[in-house]
Amino acid sequence: MPEAALQHGHGEEQADGHAQTHPRFAHHFESLENQKESASLGMWVFLAQEVMFFGGLFMAYILYRNLYHGAFEYGSHLLNWKLGFFNTIVLIGSSVTMAMAVHSAALGQRTRIVGWLLATILLGSVFLGVKVVEYTEKFHHNLVPGETFGLPYEGMDPHHAMPDNMRRPTQVYYSLYFAMTGLHALHMIIGIPILAGIAWFAHKGEYSARFHTPVELVGLYWHFVDIVWIFLFPLLYLIH
Amino acid sequence: MTTTSTGAERRNYLNASEGLLSWLLTTDHKRIAILYLISVTFMFFLGGFFAAGVRLELLTPRGDLLEADTYNKFFTLHGVFMVFFVLIPAIPAILGNFLIPLMIGARDLAFPRINLLSWYIYVLGAAFTIVAMISGGVDTGWTFYTPYSTIYSNSAVLTAGVGIFITGFSSILTGLNFIVTIHKMRAPGLTWFRLPLFVWAHYATSLIQILGTPVVAVTVLMVAAERAFHLGFFDPRVGGDPVLFQHLFWFYSHPAVYIMILPAMGVISELVTAFSRKRIFGYPVVAISSLSIAVVGFLVWGHHMYVAGQSAYAGMVFSFLSFLVAIPSAIKTFNWTATLYKGSISWQAPMLYVIGFLGLFTVGGLTGIFLASMGLDVHVHDTYFVVAHFHYIMVGGAIMAYMGGLHFWWPKMTGRMYPEWWARVSAVLVFIGFNATFFPQFLLGYLGMPRRYHAYVGEFQVLNVFSTAGASVLGVGYLLPMVYFLWSLKYGEVVGDNPFGAKGLEWQTSSPPPVENFPEQPRVTEEAYAYSESEVGHA
Amino acid sequence: MQWTGPLPYMPEQASSVAPEVDALYLFLVGISIFFGVLIAALVVGFAVRYRRRSEDEKTPHIHGSALLEVAWSAIPLAIVMAVFFWSAKIYFDINRAPQNPMEVYVVGKRWMWKLQHLTGQREINQLHVPVGVPVKLTLTSEDVIHSFFVPAFRIKKDAIPGRYTSLSFTATKAGRYHLFCAEYCGTQHSGMIGEIVVLEPHEFQEWLAGGAAATSPAAAGEKLFKDLACITCHKGDTGARGPALAGVFGSDVRLADGSVVKADESYLRESIVNPTARVVAGYQPIMPTFQGVVSEEQLMQLVAYIQTLKREGQGAPPAAAPAGAGQPKGGQ
Repeated sequence: MPEAALQHGHGEEQADGHAQTHPRFAHHFESLENQKESASLGMWVFLAQEVMFFGGLFMAYILYRNLYHGAFEYGSHLLNWKLGFFNTIVLIGSSVTMAMAVHSAALGQRTRIVGWLLATILLGSVFLGVKVVEYTEKFHHNLVPGETFGLPYEGMDPHHAMPDNMRRPTQVYYSLYFAMTGLHALHMIIGIPILAGIAWFAHKGEYSARFHTPVELVGLYWHFVDIVWIFLFPLLYLIH
Repeated sequence: MTTTSTGAERRNYLNASEGLLSWLLTTDHKRIAILYLISVTFMFFLGGFFAAGVRLELLTPRGDLLEADTYNKFFTLHGVFMVFFVLIPAIPAILGNFLIPLMIGARDLAFPRINLLSWYIYVLGAAFTIVAMISGGVDTGWTFYTPYSTIYSNSAVLTAGVGIFITGFSSILTGLNFIVTIHKMRAPGLTWFRLPLFVWAHYATSLIQILGTPVVAVTVLMVAAERAFHLGFFDPRVGGDPVLFQHLFWFYSHPAVYIMILPAMGVISELVTAFSRKRIFGYPVVAISSLSIAVVGFLVWGHHMYVAGQSAYAGMVFSFLSFLVAIPSAIKTFNWTATLYKGSISWQAPMLYVIGFLGLFTVGGLTGIFLASMGLDVHVHDTYFVVAHFHYIMVGGAIMAYMGGLHFWWPKMTGRMYPEWWARVSAVLVFIGFNATFFPQFLLGYLGMPRRYHAYVGEFQVLNVFSTAGASVLGVGYLLPMVYFLWSLKYGEVVGDNPFGAKGLEWQTSSPPPVENFPEQPRVTEEAYAYSESEVGHA
Repeated sequence: MQWTGPLPYMPEQASSVAPEVDALYLFLVGISIFFGVLIAALVVGFAVRYRRRSEDEKTPHIHGSALLEVAWSAIPLAIVMAVFFWSAKIYFDINRAPQNPMEVYVVGKRWMWKLQHLTGQREINQLHVPVGVPVKLTLTSEDVIHSFFVPAFRIKKDAIPGRYTSLSFTATKAGRYHLFCAEYCGTQHSGMIGEIVVLEPHEFQEWLAGGAAATSPAAAGEKLFKDLACITCHKGDTGARGPALAGVFGSDVRLADGSVVKADESYLRESIVNPTARVVAGYQPIMPTFQGVVSEEQLMQLVAYIQTLKREGQGAPPAAAPAGAGQPKGGQ
């Protein structure tokens, strides 16, 4: 995230002189290079924070999985692994388009940056759309934790009714499911407008081969969000 | 707070631009520090108000002043305000924000706008918590233990939880800014082992802020989701484990104590050297001990659960590590003491705070040994012994250092001196009042008085009366600086750039510093605290 | 009340572990006074001795001393390591399960302690125990976390909803002692207090005899076991839908996923309220949950009953006959 030069000191110029004329150069840094490195380090530190943020939920998942092995198996059977798999492919695809956007930025190809970013936004939206479908289904199937959790619903195959003695621990599983996928989705919902903003700036020609740090940083963020899903998908949908 | 200049003065960060908007939209780390100073001070007195209510109620054994529910809300709000809105941000967000760029010869933090954003996040979080206070209060204790907080409490837990969640990100962003700034923006020649120890301490603090705060954020979020959407993480009725909450909570909240005390240790290192005009004894040891506290501090959270049914062997591991984490703190204390040896020691007010800190922190640290001892902790856990211990660390340690630091850097921040005589009076009052308030609580705790008791059995009254009497002295000790600091803005003596004759880059620029901090990029050619080589005297 | 502890500002010592805890406490107080006075004397001494007398004083150039650093790292380390082992020993002493204890079931509920002796006597906010007999409390909570704290005994244990914890002590001195709830539990937290009445053995027998005829928890559990029709599945023969329960308590149970679990009180409780969590190998997870059907006290009664079930040849279940106070319960 670049910072504008707000307090430009008077009467002095940077010792390393000529290079510091880029419009996005923030003057409290020693050089544009220094600014890029700082921004990139900042992003990595931010991602370390994100790892710990999800880490709390992963801890809870591991603990309860050990406690309620059967319920977790049962709960994951109720998820639609095909939709999950489709979403995994979509998200990996969006990582590829994101990487292409960063690559284009490094080459200074303005229109290509915009194109790849729009593709990333599209794939991200497809992912969220599928998520909405899944959530809606869970809602109709009484799989949202609460009073009605696990109760029969209209149009249900009676053979698939949730046994009464599975309702409680399965509810723990679904609490984790919604918390983990919900927070992941929230990260994407935050990411998409940022991608759109970056695309707009790219369209305006803000980025060049020499300065395209924002594209790189949002790329890091996007890849991180993908990696979280790469962990979530098998943990929630696949392993029994 | 606008400029207080009389007549023509050098341009500085205070008078560079005027108007409220120039403050609310500033990206100058020094102005943001002042914004934090104002808001944290406000929260401090708000938290202090609730402390006063608690102490007054405890004058008598019966619950006669406040209703039980009101009392429970009082101690909860006292804890929430003081921990999340005062102790955690106080030194990093005020003194750290102001000083780190100055100390390392940078023009600003790496991300000035994120710095401003973190202040707004703090204000937003505080606003939520204050709304929670007004709309019925919170009665869970600042620890938010489940399932009380998730199922049984009828108070504004959700709003307060959201407030704490939001504020957490203010702390994370501050830590992020510090880490990048310290890595990337040090002046030429300022190697890691020439850094002032204040900077080292903040580096270690930032690591905890980055790696610990998100865990409590997600934990509070889980509590909120459980209340709002009936998700079941900690609900025993659906098979959730209420003790899991304690693990997640203390995974952050124990290191959070180090977020409070490490910066305080940094302040003490600066003050001890400046007021004894001597190099710090054992610089690398003091620097590295901060990091080791930060690392080991992440591995001791289980010592809050010796009586919560965790396995005895897990308890032993946590106990062992808790004893280990005491060692770096002891080492620091010995090094500060050794620094005084053959120094040229001034008895100015900041030094009185340092001496107070050394005394109180030693007591706090030693009583921490009692609590790390598994067999003994069973008895004193959740009693006033614990309350006394953590106040000795957080208030006797962190707040004493914060007050000392605020006095020390006040002339740098404002260009004016605080009134020395009054400052000494207040330092002495705080020291006496603090001990009178909290020392009796050690005895109460060993006698068995549980914490968070609205009414108590009669035999505990004498010590409680002592404690309340001490608290009134302590209150005066904290109100005095509020008055004379404000007074000094207009009437304080205008002093030079370096009234204490201290080393460190921050003293080499003018007071108050110019917007860009240094007219020329400073270069560092010597180690920190090079007091002994050169002639010392007023700048 | 007067201070009746070993020293002023210490509570009375009335359990077997109390002197141990106090010894460590006093040792640490001694250590603290030594180091506290040492630091204070050095700081104040230096501050006076080396006070600034003129503005142009020079200070000597001292970097540090490796020897001193090692010394003041190693000495505190040695002390705290000794304290670590000492305190861990005390912790194990406090938590060691006593042989043949007198058992009491404790349920915390906002804002009272409900206790039941194995012989059936019920008490609220009061617990009568004899001097010199080891007592084992099994604790749980109906609502939030509470904590059972007896300062005179130097013991404390959380009562946690959804699980059992246990706490043992041996009282050494007759008298009345405070019982506090030490974990914040809401409005009347500070009112959740009571007393432990320690009686001489003969007085305790009188107290037991004086109460109204009470049903023992195991007998109540046996009745519940029939009323809830547990017996239909847990018949005890090989074709039954549920595993046989005779002799299960304290044994190792092989689970459906291949792991082995010790059938203690907590496992029995979990199997009743959350029967699908850990299913015994060879059985289907068909048992309904009894969460919300039985109260925590009834759960404890069921668990107490199951504990009395012995395999054939182990002796008849003593459930029907009230056992004497402190009478050994065999088979553990």
